[in-house]
Amino acid sequence: MELKSKIPDGPIDKKWEKHKFDLKLVNPANKRKYKVLVVGSGLAGGAAAASMAELGYEVECFCYQDSPRRAHSIAAQGGINAAKNYQNDGDSVYRLFYDTVKGGDFRAREANVHRLAEVSNNIIDQCVAQGVPFAREYGGLLDNRSFGGAQVSRTFYARGQTGQQLLIGAYQALERQIGLGKVKMFPRHEMLEVIVVDGVAKGIVVRDMVTGEVTSHVADAVCLATGGYGNVFYLSTNAKGCNGTAVWRAYKKGAAFANPCFTQIHPTCIPVTGDHQSKLTLMSESLRNDGRIWVPKRKEDCGKPASEIPEEDRDYYLERKYPSYGNLAPRDVSSRAAKQVCDEGRGVGPTRLGVYLDFSDAINRLGAAKIEEKYGNLFEMYERITDENPYKTPMRIFPASHYTMGGLWVDYNLMSTIPGLFVLGEANFSDHGANRLGASALMQGLADGYFVIPYTIGGYLAGIKPGTRIKADDPAVKAAEQAVNDRTDKLMSIGGKETPTHFHRELGKVMWEMCGMGRNEAGLKKALELIPQIREEFWKNLRIPGSGNDLNQSLEAAGRVADFLEIGELMCLDALERRESCGGHFREEWQTEEGEALRDDENFAHVAAWEYKGEGQAPVRHTEQLTFENVHLATRSYK
Amino acid sequence: MSKHFNLTLHVWRQKNAKCDGKFVEYPAENISPDMSFLEMLDVVNEGLIRKGEEPIAFDHDCREGICGTCSMVINGRPHGPRERTTTCQLHMRSFKDGDSITLEPWRAEAFPVIKDLMVDRGAFDRIIAAGGFISVPTGSPQDANALPIPKESADLSMDAAACIGCGACVAACPNASAMLFVSAKISHLGHLPQGQPERYLRVRDMIAQMDAEEFGTCTNHGECEAACPKGIKMENIARMNRDFIKASLTYRPATTSGGGAG
Amino acid sequence: MSVAEQSIAGAEARGHGFLASSVGRKVVMAATGVILFGFVTVHMLGNLTSYMGAEAMNHYAQFLRTMVHGMGIWVFRAVLLTAVGLHIWAATTLTLDNMAARPVGYRNQQNVASTWASRTMRWSGVILAAFIIYHLLHLTTGTVHPNFDHANPYANFVNGFKVPAAAGFYIVAQLCLGLHMWHGVWSCTQSFGLAHPRYNSLRRNFATGLTVLVVGVNISYPIAVLTGFIH
Ligand SMILES: Cc1cc2nc3c(=O)[nH]c(=O)nc-3n(C[C@H](O)[C@H](O)[C@H](O)COP(=O)(O)OP(=O)(O)OC[C@H]3O[C@@H](n4cnc5c(N)ncnc54)[C@H](O)[C@@H]3O)c2cc1C
Ligand code: HEM
Ligand code: SF4
Ligand code: FES
Repeated sequence: MELKSKIPDGPIDKKWEKHKFDLKLVNPANKRKYKVLVVGSGLAGGAAAASMAELGYEVECFCYQDSPRRAHSIAAQGGINAAKNYQNDGDSVYRLFYDTVKGGDFRAREANVHRLAEVSNNIIDQCVAQGVPFAREYGGLLDNRSFGGAQVSRTFYARGQTGQQLLIGAYQALERQIGLGKVKMFPRHEMLEVIVVDGVAKGIVVRDMVTGEVTSHVADAVCLATGGYGNVFYLSTNAKGCNGTAVWRAYKKGAAFANPCFTQIHPTCIPVTGDHQSKLTLMSESLRNDGRIWVPKRKEDCGKPASEIPEEDRDYYLERKYPSYGNLAPRDVSSRAAKQVCDEGRGVGPTRLGVYLDFSDAINRLGAAKIEEKYGNLFEMYERITDENPYKTPMRIFPASHYTMGGLWVDYNLMSTIPGLFVLGEANFSDHGANRLGASALMQGLADGYFVIPYTIGGYLAGIKPGTRIKADDPAVKAAEQAVNDRTDKLMSIGGKETPTHFHRELGKVMWEMCGMGRNEAGLKKALELIPQIREEFWKNLRIPGSGNDLNQSLEAAGRVADFLEIGELMCLDALERRESCGGHFREEWQTEEGEALRDDENFAHVAAWEYKGEGQAPVRHTEQLTFENVHLATRSYK
Repeated sequence: MSKHFNLTLHVWRQKNAKCDGKFVEYPAENISPDMSFLEMLDVVNEGLIRKGEEPIAFDHDCREGICGTCSMVINGRPHGPRERTTTCQLHMRSFKDGDSITLEPWRAEAFPVIKDLMVDRGAFDRIIAAGGFISVPTGSPQDANALPIPKESADLSMDAAACIGCGACVAACPNASAMLFVSAKISHLGHLPQGQPERYLRVRDMIAQMDAEEFGTCTNHGECEAACPKGIKMENIARMNRDFIKASLTYRPATTSGGGAG
Repeated sequence: MSVAEQSIAGAEARGHGFLASSVGRKVVMAATGVILFGFVTVHMLGNLTSYMGAEAMNHYAQFLRTMVHGMGIWVFRAVLLTAVGLHIWAATTLTLDNMAARPVGYRNQQNVASTWASRTMRWSGVILAAFIIYHLLHLTTGTVHPNFDHANPYANFVNGFKVPAAAGFYIVAQLCLGLHMWHGVWSCTQSFGLAHPRYNSLRRNFATGLTVLVVGVNISYPIAVLTGFIH
């Protein structure tokens, strides 16, 4: 397997422009003769499907929810970055590029990140034109807020519902194309297989989740925009249905999986309350603009109510450790700091796995009304879940799995190692390196969907003769369908005793403990023993009532858990092999005396991309060397 | 800590759109007040699976009140007893030991039951496809700040745009009318200057589709507003009516060919 | 089922008649409702002449019959009849649509915002229709009146209400009118699109005030006759 990144040459700020010109074009009259499948209707998929249909391609779009509007992008709260510099505080495309490369701890491709920063401004223009009601100042101009890892205010937001509003914008554009008959939408359809003919992606197999019917769709190109695999931890801020199935099936068909161990643990989530917990809720990072994070200085105080702990006995540990970024230190750094204080026994709340996020200073300074205007819906959500009023008592928060920087490897055109298979949004690995900065996933999803794939897909399709699609009865199609049906039959016939969730929980515990915020060799090796055991137990003792030819939510869950049981293993393997600490990947063996991540640029300034070699075979680790010509490799410091 | 308790559920079970359904009783035992309502159902479902019975099918995804997927009528109220709360954000502390809870799907001709508590809300998507958008192809806009928008307009637009498309308004309305949902979209776009060019076209197209989907018509009961988890106001319905009256009175058939849905 | 399998109404439906659309029929109902409530209000005020004695009332009736050379009353009747017809047509078709929109009901629906008045509009309306017919046969044509005298409306009015059953029905119908009006007046402002947070309480209060006035005064007539205050 060869990893050809296809980065155009030339100076960094001219690469994309040059590349757009160099890409071959498809004749307008021919566009409708090409069919493109888009799996996923989130920011990346929704934007891509709508934009490609506008260009004239025949598009089919799939999602597992009952409506494209419900893709998980909808849950993003805080905001989206762009280098508009509307605040006149020194922002620029170059600074956004620089912050993102640095924030990613120098494990992302410079050229991709620069392109992302370049198109960030177009995204805001596009969204405003679609009717996204971003927050505004009284003068009618757009408002901005600050996010972690940046010292400029470049985050655009729509109350605490930015992802929802951006997604609705993309969804409206998509529905418009559906109404015009340019996109055919398939909601409640789960993709279960990629059809690959002679090494080229030619279609997908999907299961109609209402009828259980398994069907194939053939096309000239396939785009996966299926989101992240954060649910491998069972408890995460992702929606319940988020899965790694689509990318995993593609991996097994030959798409390399890059940096699977790069996962983001978000510092501000509502702590777990008990075993019944089914998911964790994020409290947007934007809260750290006004909230101050602290724990008691002494263990003995941890049981007391916050109000009884005087100012001098509080440890505002982020402000103490990172005076220049303070509470806005990047996510990996903040999460680890929270883990440290809890490990020291200074955590708060019934489980002692929590730290305070306190708004009393901000409320005194700005008034409760201003705080309500900024964060009202977040406060309401917090109160609903915890039954505590954050205007009166400080919030309790704890880190939780949130985002996966790893994903399918793609080149500069967003094409995976399977020609014809493109990967967009969180599902690819491209732009965030080892740590993603807040408000940049929405930016990346929309960049990929609105402004990258519409160009690069043309470059690919121009090389294919129109009308050369495979037929629906091609043996490769039938074989792929058969594989899906066999797998369903296999799952249905285990006839054991335990629920899919049971195995998912077991896996989650192993992953969180051994491949979570802190990782070490012994733990990872242990995990690599435990995961196959859980998997074996799964295939022996799983129980799925009902039938495969019907709506069956247990079957859906089981299929996803089966894939997570394999993804988890690859993550641990990748984490084990990456013998350095960087971003969200903290190998305890590699830390400075102060407990900060210690990168090894000499040996690990590369992308690790894993190639599947078949059932029972060890996957092979390939590398793509990263070169930093513009941002100089330096120790990331937020002090 | 908080005490666990027991409940009795009466759940609508229906195999698919074609079969008849019926209520089935299930005990829900050892429920913690900190559980969300859906976590309580998870517990019941895991018990059913272990017994080899089919779990209760219900729609859910984000479990944080934003995706609009969860949808069930709890004791005669869509999303249950708490105001401005989706089912997934409802917590068991809203109930007490020994309570008996009836669970039903959204009931409307336009939302056929797929299974148990799951319904097909595709009608909402088709209403949006008919006109709930601003026609602005990717790549065409001007700079975002070239058009200042009064904060009040942006805020009103955002109030309406907060709709999560859950369908509780339809479920709560004695006439199964979708007018709160439709009007929320019309206000979202109609409060903004960008939404003006298609304002009257939009209201006509969306209402035509809403009627074609066989939703009922508003008689101003106000149940929708009370059930809406996002606080969408009936004022939007009045606004929609106003726009529709104007749109209809000034309608002129297209004089040139072309156009299409939108 | 995919969205694509179902059609989007699109351009051809866009021009579909105002009267065929749900909102269009609501507007018809509201517009005709305003005409009818306007009539009811004027009618109530006109009947106040009964408190001024036989002469005043007969004089007023005479004026109605002869205005614009006797044409006026026919114009009124035509407008009212059309309004009633359209109102009933809109109400009936919308009610049928609404019933079809929820073929399977809930086991125990909890109403939290609707009122008894809003939920009984179709029944208060039907009783009103029955009452209108009876009322015409009673005091306009005299068909069901015990001793009708075409030349003396005042006497018809007094004698008519002396029959307790007739007075009773009249009172019940007025209570129905009250229910219909209280919800209807508020509702039709909404249907016309008149809503603004600043004026919302005004809309409610106006509906309540007008209803109390019309129904209160109307009910006072049979009571005044039965108690002998008017004789
Ligand atoms: C709680 C939360 C808050 C966040 N806040 C922010 C923020 O403030 N700013 C920011 O920049 N980022 C934020 N993020 C991250 C960001 O929201 C996501 O990374 C981004 O939205 C992912 O978009 P996507 O289009 O790649 O995938 P998604 O939106 O996850 O969409 C995936 C799509 O793929 C479909 N799909 C998945 N699997 C299959 C399958 N097997 N078959 C068929 N269809 C499938 C789904 O139906 C869905 O339509 C947040 C994330 C979370 C969880
Ligand atoms: C004197 C006679 C009547 C008057 C003054 C009257 C007035 C009104 C008004 C103003 C409305 C509100 C319209 C709106 O919501 O936009 C209304 C609604 C309605 N009327 Fe009447 N009406 C009368 C008779 C009837 C009759 C005879 C019927 C039945 C056959 C009827 C049935 C209805 C119904 C079903 C509604 C809709 C319910 C609702 O909007 O909540 N009405 N009426
Ligand atoms: S208006 Fe409210 S109840 Fe109706 S769909 Fe939108 S959010 Fe749900
Ligand atoms: S599950 Fe998303 S709103 Fe309830």
